[in-house]
Amino acid sequence: MPQTLTEKILSRASGKSVAPGDVVEVKVDIAAFHDLTGYHVIEVMEKAGMLKVFDKQKIVIAFDHLAPPPDVRSAEIQTQIRKFVKELKIPNFHDINVGILHQILLEKYANPGYVIVAADSHTTTSGAVGAFAQGLGASDVAAAVITGKTWVMVPQPFKIMLEGKPGKWINGKDVALKILGDFKADYFNGMSIEIFVREPSAFPMDFRATVSNMGIEMNADALMFVPDDETVNYIKTNRGYEPNTVRPDEGAKYVDEYTIDLGKLEPLVAAPHSVDNVKTVNEVEGLDVDQVFIGSCTNGRISDFEIAAKILKGKRVKSRCIAIPASYDLFKKAMELGYIETLVNAGCIVTYGTCGPCLGGHFGVAGPGETIVSTSSRNFKGRMGSNDSKVYLAGPAVAAASALEGKITDPRRFS
Amino acid sequence: MIVEGKVLKFGDKIDTDIIIPARYLKYTDPQYLAQHAMEPLDPEFYKKASAGVILVAGKVFGMGSSREQAAIALKASGVRAIIAESFARIFYRNAINNGLPAIVLPGVTQLINEGDYVKINVETGEIIVNNQKVYKGRGITGMPLKILESGGLLDYLKKVSIQNQGGN
Repeated sequence: MPQTLTEKILSRASGKSVAPGDVVEVKVDIAAFHDLTGYHVIEVMEKAGMLKVFDKQKIVIAFDHLAPPPDVRSAEIQTQIRKFVKELKIPNFHDINVGILHQILLEKYANPGYVIVAADSHTTTSGAVGAFAQGLGASDVAAAVITGKTWVMVPQPFKIMLEGKPGKWINGKDVALKILGDFKADYFNGMSIEIFVREPSAFPMDFRATVSNMGIEMNADALMFVPDDETVNYIKTNRGYEPNTVRPDEGAKYVDEYTIDLGKLEPLVAAPHSVDNVKTVNEVEGLDVDQVFIGSCTNGRISDFEIAAKILKGKRVKSRCIAIPASYDLFKKAMELGYIETLVNAGCIVTYGTCGPCLGGHFGVAGPGETIVSTSSRNFKGRMGSNDSKVYLAGPAVAAASALEGKITDPRRFS
Repeated sequence: MIVEGKVLKFGDKIDTDIIIPARYLKYTDPQYLAQHAMEPLDPEFYKKASAGVILVAGKVFGMGSSREQAAIALKASGVRAIIAESFARIFYRNAINNGLPAIVLPGVTQLINEGDYVKINVETGEIIVNNQKVYKGRGITGMPLKILESGGLLDYLKKVSIQNQGGN
């Protein structure tokens, strides 16, 4: 029987032919965690009396949520994990100077067809290269780290087709918000989304990563871009080898399908306090903004910085603006391309490779009554700090334009 | 496995940042987390839940982060079970892994009210409200039930590991 990408990956990983609704045990190709969840994963392993890993090469650890540590407890958590890394001789460990876990998985480890689990919900990001990637809690990840296995309920596959070419200020974020606005945050519960791109080069890896990243906001079990030329080129360029690809069979069955014409998209915003409270930028234009955040595992990539630099070049921001590339490598690239200089000259605070303000951690926590425009993934009540703050989610074009004007602004004014 | 208690009711899309804000995640102590459960929505939640309650909620309860502290905080604050229209996948697993029963019942927010007294058969999903009305939710069976009955994934893993060492 023809199989979807979801069914193909999970059949291989479980060693039997699966169908939606089946509950199966699968082998994992990568199990990962970061600092904030990592100490909890290790604590579970210790309490279970099983401080061992199934395959050292398949464990990935990165420090991002508490990097660099904003307080003594954070430093202590990182020390505990470094000790674990040393004792178990884990080779794929990335300290505070490397970047955000999901970006590192994408840059160095994720391959098409992989099953990836990590103790963070935005693990879906690796779906950008066609991996079945899921976030799990600390206990489930501890079990996967020890045994190399986890269980999944095979989700119902849903097909999305992307057609046409996106306009100048349109980015992966607008596609993610379009899906959230049209379907709402509960629709894809129990489903996996498989996205086909009609013209692969029209929707590059940066954009795909943003959409996959927000698959969890859609409550999808996984969100995967069907591997194509863009996927192969990305991995070849970044890692120097050609990956094996896996694609759905012709005639594979989906519960439903939906098409987005990229050429018709306009800049979108998710208003407080829900990711699916989606509006066009014009509906909220003119609202005063205290702080703008450009970065996170959602929108901290080169194309995001390119867009921001285009808007901010030779100008000064009116709102506080914090910009954080998602990894050290991206920071260096953005520096070579002059984007960092442009942003710094425009008055932005720029640092590298930390989750920072996205989860109200540090480096720009929202105060009471403040309005934030953020390129991150969530605008839940109190997400970025005070319960009385408001977060508007947007792509980098809306974020940079809003920083420049000090109020929510349509970037198309800068064409 | 039977759990019972008085109902506290919530709406749709109760997210993990509401259940336990990120600033409390540097610790896993259940009592510490319990004091901050649901804080952004109701700072009095801890007091209300302490006598032992059943949560009734709308769609995708627990959406958002993978933070297992969300399930730990609710359980430690006195929540004995959650009945929701639907659950976010990660939270559902975290709840089971921490011995907190999670029952799916579409339409539950129309059927059960704040203050009702409910009795749940976790395995069959049968829910008795005020000793009168009976509804049928999705029960928990198979491995998730075994994990629940062991008190959580950790205790389940220990049990399995001991059995294996015993040569069974």
